[in-house]
Amino acid sequence: MMASSYNAKEEDGHHSGAVGPGGPGAIKSKKPDNTAFKQQRLPAWQPILTAGTVLPAFFVIGLIFIPIGIGLFVTSNNIKEFEIDYTGVEESSPCHICSQNYAWNNTNPCQCSIPFTLEQPFESNVFMYYGLSNFYQNHRRYVKSRDDSQLNGDKNSLTNPSKECEPYRTNGLPIAPCGAIANSLFNDTLELLYNFPNGTSISIPLSKTGIAWWTDKHVKFRNPGGNNNNLSAAFAGTTKPVNWRKPVYELDPSDPNNNGFINEDFIVWMRTAALPTFRKLYRIIHKNKDMPTLPPGNYTLNITYNYPVLSFDGRKRMILSTISWMGGKNPFLGIAYITVGSVCFFLGVVLLIIHHNYGSRSNNADIPN
Amino acid sequence: MCLQTVIYLSIYLSIYLSIYLSIYLSIYLSIYLSIYLSIYLSIYLSIYLSIYPYPHTPLCRPAKISKCSYLMRCSAHPCLDRIDSGLSIDNDLLPPSLLPPPLHSPALPSPPLPPPLRREMGFVERRWRDVRVGDFVKVVSNEVIPADILLLHTSDPNGVCLIETANLDGETNLKQRKVVPGFAAAPTSPFKPAAFKSTVVCEKPNNDLNHFSGYIEKPDKKKLGFGIDSLLLRGCTIRNTEESSGIVVYAGHETKSMLNNGGARYKRSRLERQMNIDVLFCVVLLFSMCLIGAIGHALWLETFSSIPPYLVADSDGHFIPSTLAGFYMFFTMIILLQVLIPISLYVSIELVKMGQVYFITQDVDLYDEETDTRVQCRALNITEDLGQVQYVFSDKTGTLTENKMVFRRCTIMGTEYSHSENAIRLAVLGEADASEDEVTLFQQQQQPSLFAGDPGESIKRCHSTQVDVSGSQRSKVTTGSQAQSALAFSSPLETEVVPDRKLLQVVLGAEHQGEESGLDRSLYLDFFVALAICNTVVVSTATAQRQRVKGRRNSCAPRTFLGRLQGVLKKIASPQSLFRIVKDKQEPLSDPFAADEECPDLSDTPTIYSTAVEGGGPKTRARVTTAPRPAQRQGAEPGSASLVDDDVCYESQSPDEAALVHAARAYGFTLLERTPDRVTVRLPGRGVALLTYEVLDILTFDSTRKRMSVLVRHPHTHEIILYTKGADSAVMELLEEPADETVSQREFRKGLSSSTQRHLDMYARDGLRTLCFAKRVVGQKAYEEWSLLRQQAIAAIENRAELLMDTAALLETNLTLIGATGIEDRLQDNVPETIEALRAAGMQVWVLTGDKPETAVNIAYSCKLLDQRDLVFTLSTDNKAVCKSRLEGTLQEVRRYGSDTAFRGYAEGLRGPGAGSLGEDPTIGLVIDGRTLGLALEEEDLRSKFVELCRHCRSVLCCRVTPLQKSTVVKLVREKLRVMTLAIGDGANDVNMIQAADVGIGISGQEGMQAVMASDFAISRFKHLRKLLLVHGHWCYSRLSNMVIYFFYKNLAYVALLFWYQFFCGFSGTTMIDYWLMIFFNLLFTSAPPIMHGVVDQDVSAATLLSTPELYKMGQHSEGYRRSAFWIGMVDAFYQSLVCFFIPYLTYRGSDIDIFAFGNPMNTVSLFTIILHLAIEINAWTVVHWVIMLGSVLAYFAVTLAYSAICVSCNPPSDPYWIMQQQMADPMFYLVCLITVVVALLPKYTVQVVRGTLRPSTLLYAKQLERLLPRPQMEEQIRIDASEAPPTPRFRLSDLSSPSPPDSPLPPPPTTPPPHPTPHPPPATSRIVSP
Repeated sequence: MMASSYNAKEEDGHHSGAVGPGGPGAIKSKKPDNTAFKQQRLPAWQPILTAGTVLPAFFVIGLIFIPIGIGLFVTSNNIKEFEIDYTGVEESSPCHICSQNYAWNNTNPCQCSIPFTLEQPFESNVFMYYGLSNFYQNHRRYVKSRDDSQLNGDKNSLTNPSKECEPYRTNGLPIAPCGAIANSLFNDTLELLYNFPNGTSISIPLSKTGIAWWTDKHVKFRNPGGNNNNLSAAFAGTTKPVNWRKPVYELDPSDPNNNGFINEDFIVWMRTAALPTFRKLYRIIHKNKDMPTLPPGNYTLNITYNYPVLSFDGRKRMILSTISWMGGKNPFLGIAYITVGSVCFFLGVVLLIIHHNYGSRSNNADIPN
Repeated sequence: MCLQTVIYLSIYLSIYLSIYLSIYLSIYLSIYLSIYLSIYLSIYLSIYLSIYPYPHTPLCRPAKISKCSYLMRCSAHPCLDRIDSGLSIDNDLLPPSLLPPPLHSPALPSPPLPPPLRREMGFVERRWRDVRVGDFVKVVSNEVIPADILLLHTSDPNGVCLIETANLDGETNLKQRKVVPGFAAAPTSPFKPAAFKSTVVCEKPNNDLNHFSGYIEKPDKKKLGFGIDSLLLRGCTIRNTEESSGIVVYAGHETKSMLNNGGARYKRSRLERQMNIDVLFCVVLLFSMCLIGAIGHALWLETFSSIPPYLVADSDGHFIPSTLAGFYMFFTMIILLQVLIPISLYVSIELVKMGQVYFITQDVDLYDEETDTRVQCRALNITEDLGQVQYVFSDKTGTLTENKMVFRRCTIMGTEYSHSENAIRLAVLGEADASEDEVTLFQQQQQPSLFAGDPGESIKRCHSTQVDVSGSQRSKVTTGSQAQSALAFSSPLETEVVPDRKLLQVVLGAEHQGEESGLDRSLYLDFFVALAICNTVVVSTATAQRQRVKGRRNSCAPRTFLGRLQGVLKKIASPQSLFRIVKDKQEPLSDPFAADEECPDLSDTPTIYSTAVEGGGPKTRARVTTAPRPAQRQGAEPGSASLVDDDVCYESQSPDEAALVHAARAYGFTLLERTPDRVTVRLPGRGVALLTYEVLDILTFDSTRKRMSVLVRHPHTHEIILYTKGADSAVMELLEEPADETVSQREFRKGLSSSTQRHLDMYARDGLRTLCFAKRVVGQKAYEEWSLLRQQAIAAIENRAELLMDTAALLETNLTLIGATGIEDRLQDNVPETIEALRAAGMQVWVLTGDKPETAVNIAYSCKLLDQRDLVFTLSTDNKAVCKSRLEGTLQEVRRYGSDTAFRGYAEGLRGPGAGSLGEDPTIGLVIDGRTLGLALEEEDLRSKFVELCRHCRSVLCCRVTPLQKSTVVKLVREKLRVMTLAIGDGANDVNMIQAADVGIGISGQEGMQAVMASDFAISRFKHLRKLLLVHGHWCYSRLSNMVIYFFYKNLAYVALLFWYQFFCGFSGTTMIDYWLMIFFNLLFTSAPPIMHGVVDQDVSAATLLSTPELYKMGQHSEGYRRSAFWIGMVDAFYQSLVCFFIPYLTYRGSDIDIFAFGNPMNTVSLFTIILHLAIEINAWTVVHWVIMLGSVLAYFAVTLAYSAICVSCNPPSDPYWIMQQQMADPMFYLVCLITVVVALLPKYTVQVVRGTLRPSTLLYAKQLERLLPRPQMEEQIRIDASEAPPTPRFRLSDLSSPSPPDSPLPPPPTTPPPHPTPHPPPATSRIVSP
């Protein structure tokens, strides 16, 4: 905008200059406008950074940050989290045998169960995660090995997936869902049993839905053919990913709203994790009305062990966590706030000393004149 | 395999590059090209096409040349054949050069001429580009000469042609060129090219403007030699000569003026040169980052025992080996991190400079009302160089001075006449400079009351007749390029002198009493006669003065009169036999002041008189008339005399001579006519009492003698009188000391010389140019003896110049002092103040002038370039060995002196701060003339010595330098000392210098447009340099350097963010930020603030910058843009990127966050950090700042929100859909943003604060002081400042910034500013030391 006005001005000037000597036309003075903008005299606020002037800022930051930090820290500490590693690398682990079995499409699933004890009750909703370590879901070629328009229900892409999916694009027939991400879908099944002291145990109800973003489930991921209940027909002409045991339309046959591309486990997996150690939401345990969601006691985690991680030195974990407004348990931010607040406060004191000792010369800048 | 990799790479590169290139090219380049180029081109073309007055760079400017010279091509005529055959005759001494220019050589008569013209043999109008060697060209008055032409014919009866060489050497006076001696045809008969049957042989084209030689071989084998005084140089203007014809010897690029054009240099600012090195650092950084990525990727791949599911094979299911993958990764990384190479920086710099240029041109302080011109920025890419200038090379004439000499005071016979009335008039003139018509009115009302006598009357008449012309030339409305060129000539108001009343009475009294008065009286008359005739002034008539003449000029009576007079003289005097005339001519009258024989000629023009009678008034003074004339005309005579006055114009090699002649005229001693043999002066009061002196010889000026003399024979007494005029040092030594004088006479003489010397010293202190006048009566016999010697000297071939000088010195002895004058070369407004300010800003100011050393030194003193206390060394020699030894000697002395002062300064420093300030020591000045300079520049050894010497000097004056030497000096200083140079000049002779310097500044409106066309910036007054450099230069430099450092910082801070992520994604080149957002980040969200910063930020206000020039030193020492600043910026960028990456990383570690949701807060905190980083740098927040800073942040959120709301699956694999919304609904996002920004900026902010408190920079002081003065007061101050007076409260930052113990309160209380350094009573004369 500056440039265009410049252009106009200059041309004005030159026109008058060109016409001036010869032509009889009205001659405009080339005198520049005496405006504050053009003469660079706009009223300005000139902050001068000296100890005296910025002291309050440091104290204010300190005073704000330390309470925030304490709040965050307390909140984080109130979050209950329980984590269990079921990779089975150790020989003592019940899953050791399963872990050695690293074929993807093993026909007879390996089962193992790990008992654990919760010391404290988990109130309110409990979120059940599976965690993977050393799994580089953020590898560049892995990340882009997907076809979003196929996942969005585009018929064309269904039968002709994007080149990005190579080499998981076709397997005779076009693969649906194509790509390396879908191909490596986490396929362990986790079940949670509560063992009553008397030896009986009940299975804890785990909710499969509500674990993906609402927008992902309702906008971004669509089954081909819309709300067609006959998914197998919709996916006709495609084949399952290489590593999968069953086609996509059989991911959750019990619930048509959680089947196919809009299966929430699938959607969660497709949202690739940012870091090589990550967790993904697996199930939600909704809270009971009268008792804690997970009362303290003995539990058993039943695992259908399908997912091989030994090839990349990976670990698999199951995480139970309550949640707060700030998400999962992470004391870092609270500590950071407290630290930064303290540092600012300390700097404020240092500056105060500096100001007191050396600030005399900048003092007279503060004298109102 | 190999093929695959190639394909893979090419696909990969093509995809990425196509995206990047398409975006960069489409958006950046479209902006760049459309805005920048269109503006640049439109400006450039409009300047070039509309203002360019006539083609100096030739042969290629078609349609614009409407004026053409008359040209006759003789292609069908034998003369050209003759010339060609003349070429074929090989001459051993003078190689033939009259070849047609090589460009057009094969088909010489290419432009077909209309056949009828050939038959008629007349001149036809042709364009310059059509002029070829061998053409006959006729140039009429006021035309620019199209090629180097050998003058063969002029309309002047004396065979002379006057040219103005302002375009070549800046001198506005007229120079005389003669027809090739011996070739002159009868002046009355028109020139007939057809009759030319000779062969012209001359030297090869060269760039020496002052030398030319060759000969014409006539058909009868008679050779006629010619020199430079027969050559009309291309680019000069014909003046006062109706028409001149000649043959073209050099055309086009072979002309001397073109060969003197060094050609333009591509200029790049120093900051950009520094920056380019830093760009290289960035490249190195980029490559090392990429290398880390590549090696890291290879190593990472090596860690796997088997293939994990997240490693994606090629389309055929194979995996490439890890080393090869690492190799590929290197290039992937380059594409990923290439933002580090700041391509956008270059575009942004261009935009910033454009904005800066806009504001410079908009500055109303740099606008000149008189000529209605603003400052023009013709070079758009070196604005910041204005802030780094260390050496200023200035032309003198027309740049420092107005080139208007004014007679101010004189001393005659030991009595000083202060001419206070004249001073008052000049003062009034200066004030009312804007409107000269008012002045005219004022003059007309004032003068009659002041001076009832006829000299006043004559002046009044002068004004009323001449001011109208010049007034209209100067008035705004009609000002155009043509009118401007007329401005160069002194306006009559300034050349006119109001006589001192006392002196006037003495003069008139002296005249009344005539001979019966004593020695005193006749000396008074001698003084004025000497004033009038002791010079080389060319007399011309007013009507012939440089008006644009279309076709035939109106011939008028006075012109006819003079022409006739000349004709009469011509008959009497033949140029060869000077001495014969003396014998032949017998003066009939014995009365020394009787009128001449030619008087009746004059009085025979009654038509003029009748118009002039009205102004006559009662005239009774003209009673002493011995001239035989009709009595009834007596009453009209004074009026008629004044009319004659009006019609006489003086053109002089040096303007001071003209000023003296004008002064003499003010007292009635009017120089009426000058030919080589005689000079006619009209005496006052006696009506048309003419005295025609025979000029026996003119001992011309040279810088060794520093004087000139005229040897004349008095018409009545037949005494041979030598009038000498020269520098006081040169004349005072030669005064007579006769042995036989009485005591009282000696006393009187001594008193006379001492009082004169006292007056001279006073004049010198006032900055006036002083000249002493002396006379000597030479006996007939002595003269004859001398003239023999003289003739031998003239005839000598070797050492001719020296012999001439020696003979001149022989005669110039035993002089009688008559008096002395003080002349002022009027400086332009505020020149001393400007130079003082530039000095205070740490700039060395040199003056390079084609003028005489004396003049230059005088000007140097008056414009405070040299101080009376300065130690001035003068180098002037012809001999190389002498030059060398002198250089060495001076250098040693200077070194010794320098170490002395350094020691003294050190000792004073020990005594306490502030005890010794630099200004009190005398500094060193150097005056060097062109020949010595030429010698000094010849050898490498001498060159470095010269430069070394100059480095010790505060000011250097180079006199008598050629245009090429000017540029050589500038180049030498620029290259040897590696400093930033600025050259400022107004004439075509400054073009080379302007182009050679880093910054070339042209002064427009005085002497054509050449300097402006070659310049980078064009201003209209020298005083504008002050604001241009001190304010705009400083601003541009500090803005741009801040901007560039910021840009580097910004790029690295963002790119490093991506780099850190590579450590967490197996160095696979993943970005956690959607690449559209990445591109927008640089392009939209963070591009406007730095550009804005570069265009409008003000570290210190203009008023402060003007009042404290010391602030300018920051730019000179490149403090704004240093390597250290660059690296600090880089380190800060690394730190900030670490913070921006790792705080979100630690926050989200182990959680279920996905890649792009992870990148989103990082992008956001980076934006805030980068914007707020700039906010710390911003010095003054105006509305513009707020709008752009807040606008950028808002744009970020608006674009990101919109993008993530719309893009469902449009940009795989990132799919930004709803990410931003999701994040913004999460309180953690805000908490992360807040703490990250605070942590990232905390060090910068703290360091800034601590430094500002503990070690405040000079700038910070200035800012603080600025706060103390309320804004309006500052504004007032700048107004005062800009007008003339030095600012009342002047901060001396040299005091403030000196290191001192921290507890001493440093800044002085603003209410009591430190006293302005009062000038010490200067010693009587400057010390001129010549080793």
